[in-house]
Amino acid sequence: MSIELIWAIILCFAIFAYVVLDGFDLGIGINYPFITSKWERDIAMNTVAPIWDGNETWLILGGGGLFAAFPLAYSVVLPALYVPLTAMLIGLILRGVAFEFRWKDKSKTQIWDKAFIIGSITATFFQGVALGAFLQGIPIEGRSFNGDWWHWLTPFSIFTGIALIFGYGLLGSTWLIYKTENKTKRHMQFLGKRFFILTLVMILIVSLWTPYLHPEYFQKWFSYPRILYVLPVPLLVLISTVFCFRALIKNYDLQPFLWSIVLFLLSFIGLMISIYPNIVPPGLDIWQAAAPKKSLQFLLIGVLIFIPIIIAYTSFTYWVFRGKTKPNESYH
Amino acid sequence: MHMFEAIDLARFQFAFVVSFHIIFPAFTIGLASYLAVLEGLWLWKREDRYLKLFNYWLKIFAIAFGMGVVSGIVMSYQFGTNWSVFSDKTGPVLGPLMGYEVLSAFFLEAGFLGIMLFGMNKVGKKLHFFATLMVAFGTFFSAFWILSVNSWMHTPAGFSINDVGQFVPENWIEIIFNPSFPYRLTHMLMAAYLTTAFVVGAVGAWHLLKNNKNLCARTMLSMAMWMAAIVAPLQLIAGDMHGLNTLEYQPAKIAAMEGHYETKKGAPLILFGIPDDDAMEINSIVEIPKLGSMILKHDFDAEIKGLKDFPADEIPPAEIIFWSFRIMVGIGMAMIALGVWSLLLRWKDKFYSTKLFHIVCMIMGPAGFIAVIAGWITTEVGRQPFTIYGMLKTIDSVSPIDAPAVATSLLVFIVTYFLVFGAGTYYIFKQFSINPDIDKDQTKKVGSLGVSLKLFDKA
Ligand code: HDD
Ligand code: HEM
Ligand code: HEM
Repeated sequence: MSIELIWAIILCFAIFAYVVLDGFDLGIGINYPFITSKWERDIAMNTVAPIWDGNETWLILGGGGLFAAFPLAYSVVLPALYVPLTAMLIGLILRGVAFEFRWKDKSKTQIWDKAFIIGSITATFFQGVALGAFLQGIPIEGRSFNGDWWHWLTPFSIFTGIALIFGYGLLGSTWLIYKTENKTKRHMQFLGKRFFILTLVMILIVSLWTPYLHPEYFQKWFSYPRILYVLPVPLLVLISTVFCFRALIKNYDLQPFLWSIVLFLLSFIGLMISIYPNIVPPGLDIWQAAAPKKSLQFLLIGVLIFIPIIIAYTSFTYWVFRGKTKPNESYH
Repeated sequence: MHMFEAIDLARFQFAFVVSFHIIFPAFTIGLASYLAVLEGLWLWKREDRYLKLFNYWLKIFAIAFGMGVVSGIVMSYQFGTNWSVFSDKTGPVLGPLMGYEVLSAFFLEAGFLGIMLFGMNKVGKKLHFFATLMVAFGTFFSAFWILSVNSWMHTPAGFSINDVGQFVPENWIEIIFNPSFPYRLTHMLMAAYLTTAFVVGAVGAWHLLKNNKNLCARTMLSMAMWMAAIVAPLQLIAGDMHGLNTLEYQPAKIAAMEGHYETKKGAPLILFGIPDDDAMEINSIVEIPKLGSMILKHDFDAEIKGLKDFPADEIPPAEIIFWSFRIMVGIGMAMIALGVWSLLLRWKDKFYSTKLFHIVCMIMGPAGFIAVIAGWITTEVGRQPFTIYGMLKTIDSVSPIDAPAVATSLLVFIVTYFLVFGAGTYYIFKQFSINPDIDKDQTKKVGSLGVSLKLFDKA
């Protein structure tokens, strides 16, 4: 396997880790409008307060990794997604500060809760938009993006934006099912089922829509004998759908969350199948965009040393804050 | 014309977001170490005041750190969105360095921050102290890597250029430890410590003015002023060495900082003057003959090259950095003076009773932030018109993006930053106004969480 491909896999790992981890804590913001009592909101916020920063760091690794390993891709994609990315950043700022600010002034808690909701939804929506615009393809001329600053805006990208809101909503509610008890938990079970159905519908539509974006995508999925290799993905989606549904109906604790992650993983693999071997669809492949070998090797050493350590202490933090979040768990 | 507008907006946007960002790291790098020291002292001496101070500053740290994180995430996307040509060309060299920053610093900070803030009752004291230390190390590693990146942009080394115009790494040691890096790292870390010390000192002084028996306030002011007395003079030495290094690698920057347009033997040290870039002359008001040559070359009659003798398209704007440099150095001198005064007062045993001293300490509270920003402006504007000194011009670094896009995002950033960070600053001040010497656990019970606890029991 070439080092370029290894790097592409590392980036996929970082991005997927980000999607799941920040997905559930952005998802809390998406569920927030439906959580109305103050103490329930306090608890929901505290289920992620100790870990959200770590979750978001995967986004920085995704961006930083792209810059280091595929600088050409980085310098094409970011200008192309200028507007959605800026909007996402603004959303992340609003919600990021809300974690601290909402405790500082009792009369303003409401305002920061709104900032949390708006920030989470904005960040999620524009991540989805960015994904959609990316899938549609980015025009390149020479070594730079060749399009105007509204190029990202299409029905498809708006649709993927909405889809991601439901998807993160599902991760958020199932996480809260796992971390809360009593009334809050029941509340989340109710919401979880709804987000689940909405997410499924969205996955279905995006899966059917994507192959029609480019003939190349269509080829990847429907040409024989490729179809035999890729068929397991939709089949597994079907199976995990059944299990996720069952876990939700039976009111299991942790299972709905885990099955939601599996659904995300399968959708993610589906996307990778569509895109590979490109790093920027439709025309820039992994090898064309890669940095020189010396850059890839140097940072690979760091990844091999640090990622296991990071996973170890991150797991430790999750373990310290394991179990149901109690209402008095805060230093404020 | 179109490109020209986009580039100016992009430069302004970068300067704006990075100036906002640096305010928080400058404070959190110092504060993380200060918290580690406080917790260490508490574990060692078991004195209550250290724990109180730890809890007091922890809350402030949490707010400042949160703002540092969100403004930092913006930074890591600035390169790609606004400086895409720069990213394409320098990615192979700078990307891995920033990658190491994420791996060794950001994850470490973020991973242990949760335990540091919320874990006091969940893990043992020792483990909690370990978490605090890890966060402090994280801020240090972060400074290490980002300053290596920044220094490489000033004094690039250890690279070659490939056929598509990218910088390709040849020797990582030379890249990381490029010529200006050791100076810049030392100078910036001390800047962060000084910045924090003066904030801590100002808060201590404020509470002492209200009640001069306040034990916690006394501890704060005393710790802060030891830092000032020791580190401020060291900062002068480090800054001077940094300047000599710059003279070697970026002589045009030094000429602009010093206000030298003409090449002169036995150049004066211009204390104050009005530089005029169009006329290429300075109307100096106060100068000390020959001292400029002495400081820069350690010889009263040495020749100092003036801006006129550099290629016309490689001259940084002296009108800006002449002033920013003087602001920084002036604040540095004021810090040294305050440090000396504090030693005198200690010696005469009037440290806690001299009101005027406490008032001056309060006024000096924000001095570090101003010096840090002034210092960065000197460094960065002095690198113009290059982004990679001598290699890549700013005008050739910018993204091919429409000016309205940059203008809109700039506007949105400005509005959001002022609202959000304005609120954060307000909350930090609110926290400052709380007396550090009261028992926090008492106030906590009647706080928002006490209320929610009761409600929860009813449910
Ligand atoms: C000398 C110090 C210094 C300087 C010059 C910079 N930073 Fe910074 N940065 C830090 C010191 C720091 C820090 C102390 O490590 C922070 C502050 C709060 C925090 O979370 O970490 C941080 C946070 C921080 C974060 C969020 C990390 C997290 O989630 O924990 C990012 C992505 C960046 N920075 C990126 C940048 C970029 C791209 C810079 C240059 C343009 C930059 N920083 C300049
Ligand atoms: C954190 C403190 C910093 C401050 C306050 C600061 C300030 C500035 C300012 C004022 C400019 C504009 C110069 C001009 O337009 O004349 C600038 C440019 C620039 N700086 Fe910094 N800088 C800081 C740190 C950094 C760091 C750490 C990096 C690199 C990682 C960096 C990279 C750049 C780049 C790429 C430019 C190009 C844009 C331009 O030249 O206009 N800066 N900075
Ligand atoms: C006391 C006298 C001081 C001297 C002689 C001095 C000298 C210098 C010089 C020559 C530079 C420019 C480096 C370059 O050419 O690129 C610089 C930059 C800088 N200074 Fe100072 N400085 C002093 C005090 C301070 C103080 C008190 C602070 C903050 C608390 C500070 C913070 C900075 C920062 C943040 C930079 C930009 C980063 C860097 O290049 O190191 N300085 N200083």
